This record gives sequence, structure tokens and C-alpha cells, in this order.
Amino acid sequence: MGKREVQEINASSMADIAFLLLIFFLVTTTMSVDSGLSRQLPPPLPPDMEKPNVEVKERNIFVVLINSQNQLLVQGELLDIKQLKTKAKEFIKNEANSVNLPEILPVEVTFEGGITETVMTTKNHIISLQNDVGTQYQKYIEVQNELVAAYNEIRNEYSTNRFGSTYAALSEENKKAVQDIYPQKISEAEPKKYGGNK
Amino acid sequence: MAQIRKGGKKKVPAISTASLPDVVFMLLFFFMAATSMKEVTYMVTMRMPEATELQKLEKKSLVRYVYIGAPKPEFQKRFGTSTRIQLDDAFADVSQLEDYVVRERSAMKEEEQNLLTICIKADKDTKMGVITDVKQALRRAYALKINYAAMKRTNVYY
Repeated sequence: MGKREVQEINASSMADIAFLLLIFFLVTTTMSVDSGLSRQLPPPLPPDMEKPNVEVKERNIFVVLINSQNQLLVQGELLDIKQLKTKAKEFIKNEANSVNLPEILPVEVTFEGGITETVMTTKNHIISLQNDVGTQYQKYIEVQNELVAAYNEIRNEYSTNRFGSTYAALSEENKKAVQDIYPQKISEAEPKKYGGNK
Repeated sequence: MAQIRKGGKKKVPAISTASLPDVVFMLLFFFMAATSMKEVTYMVTMRMPEATELQKLEKKSLVRYVYIGAPKPEFQKRFGTSTRIQLDDAFADVSQLEDYVVRERSAMKEEEQNLLTICIKADKDTKMGVITDVKQALRRAYALKINYAAMKRTNVYY
């Protein structure tokens, strides 16, 4: 019996199929990875409860107002957004222990390996951010961004001074400790309308 | 001049295309790995605001999106030009947002329900009034982890 040779399958159309798939995936997918500013909202108030009147000392609050013209009022004075970060850092750190800036209180933190230490920080400070109905979203994001940047820089400076590495390179426990020392406290007031056009 | 080639036409052998599929498949796999499926077709125009302190959204399965912006030209006849909210593939009202979040959350695995993140993708010219309404609705729905989608800005303020 003569052996029948198996004919070779022509693979030249394989390329076409692969191209088709490739083009399909190119069209239906997106390259970008979503990124943005992560924030945590405060839990809702029960409807039958009145707003709790939390008393905060005036020196502990850092008020940032944005009006409908996208202007910034920081601690009662008109400020350019470029100076906001410096101003916020000055407030959060209060290095000179000024009476106008937040009070410095001891706080217990646990570093890596369970070492507990008392560190003096401005733990009660609050950054209060208020915006108008007519504020532009871009401006709001910029302000949020500058405030987060202020916190990030402060944490980074602290980590570099203490551990000799950036905040991002710290171990989880140390990160937690630095977070306890400089907690992010950006509070957003209930929306108000200050007038202005729309 | 000395001619090296000696008479007789030599045919150039055809280039083998046998490895072409391999090359294309390699490209295909690269794109499959590096990209992600489009979530929805956008019905609103969005130009992202710019920021520097960005964090990446890691687990896609835990993220739901709220799109805010002016309707695209083809929808302007029906929906006007003022800022609208888009949930999944349809325009929605702020009042529907709460239901949407609750529905989406109950469809998730129980152990992941509290990790739900809402990504707000809004046009940079949106008025904060709309954003605040959305935020209040999210608070009522107990979706407290949010993310403001933004693009990387290269120049930093000093």
C-alpha cells in the first residue's frame, strides 16, 4: 500500500486572522489606566438628627473658600493657588509653635516592630474646604490637589528625616505611623450659596 | 569591468511569510495585556481636569463610574447642552444615582461590597453644584470611597 502523504495546511491566511483579531482589540480597548484623586466622603447624617455642633478651636481650622469666580480666600485673605501648598504646609506643621496656628499635642504612635513613641504634632487641625455652587470643577480639583500635595510633602519630609527614605518606600507599619502623626483632615462643608452669578 | 555575476538570471527566492502570524500574534497579545476594554460609550464630552497627586485605580471590578459633562452633539437635540450625568449607557438623574449604587453594590461579592469605589469622571468646566449633588447622593448611598478622575499635569506649581 502506498503511503498517502498528508498535505500541508496552508498557513498563509493565519496572518489575516491574526490581523483581524489585532484590529478588533485595538478598536475595542483603551490604553489609558484610570487615575485620579482618591478621597473619602463623610458618612451621611441621619435625617432626623441635627447637625452635631463640634467645637473646634479657631486656631485649629484652616479655611479655604472658593467662590464662583474661582478665587481663593484662605484664612480670610485672597491667595493665589500657587501659594496654597506652602501656606497649608506651614499650617499643618506649625514649626514655630505660633499661637495662631494649630496647637501641638502629644500623640502616641507605633512604629515598625511595635515601638511606641510619643510624638508632638498638630493632631487636631482641620482644613475646611468650602466651594460655591458656581465654582469650576477644575479649580476645585486643583485646590484638592494642592492640599493633598501639602500632606504628601510633609509626610515625605518626615520620613526622610526619620527613616532616610521616602514615604512611599516605608513599610506598611511605618506608613501607618506617619499617617497617625500627620492625618489627612480635609473637611468639606455642606454646600452653600454665596450669591454671584448662578 | 569585471562582471562577477555570470549570465543566467537568478531568481530571488520568495520571502517566507511563515513567521508573519507569529509577529502579529505577538502584537495581539501585547495589546490584549496592555489595554483594557472600553467600559461604555461616552454620551457626554469630558475633558479631564489636571492634577499631580494622582493615584491609580487598581481593581477595575471594584470601580463604578459616574460620567458628568455636556451631552455630545448627537444627543444635544434630545437632551440639551447643559451638564448631564451618565450612568452605564444612559443619561440619568441625580435621584437615580442612589439606586444605581445600591444595585451595583448588591451585585458584587459580599466581601468586596465595602470596597466599592465610585470614580467621578467629570468635565473640567462642570459647575461644582452638580458635583456636590452627586457627592451628597453618594453619601446617602454609603458609597464613601470616591475618586476624582484626572490627568497627569506635568508642570508643578512652586
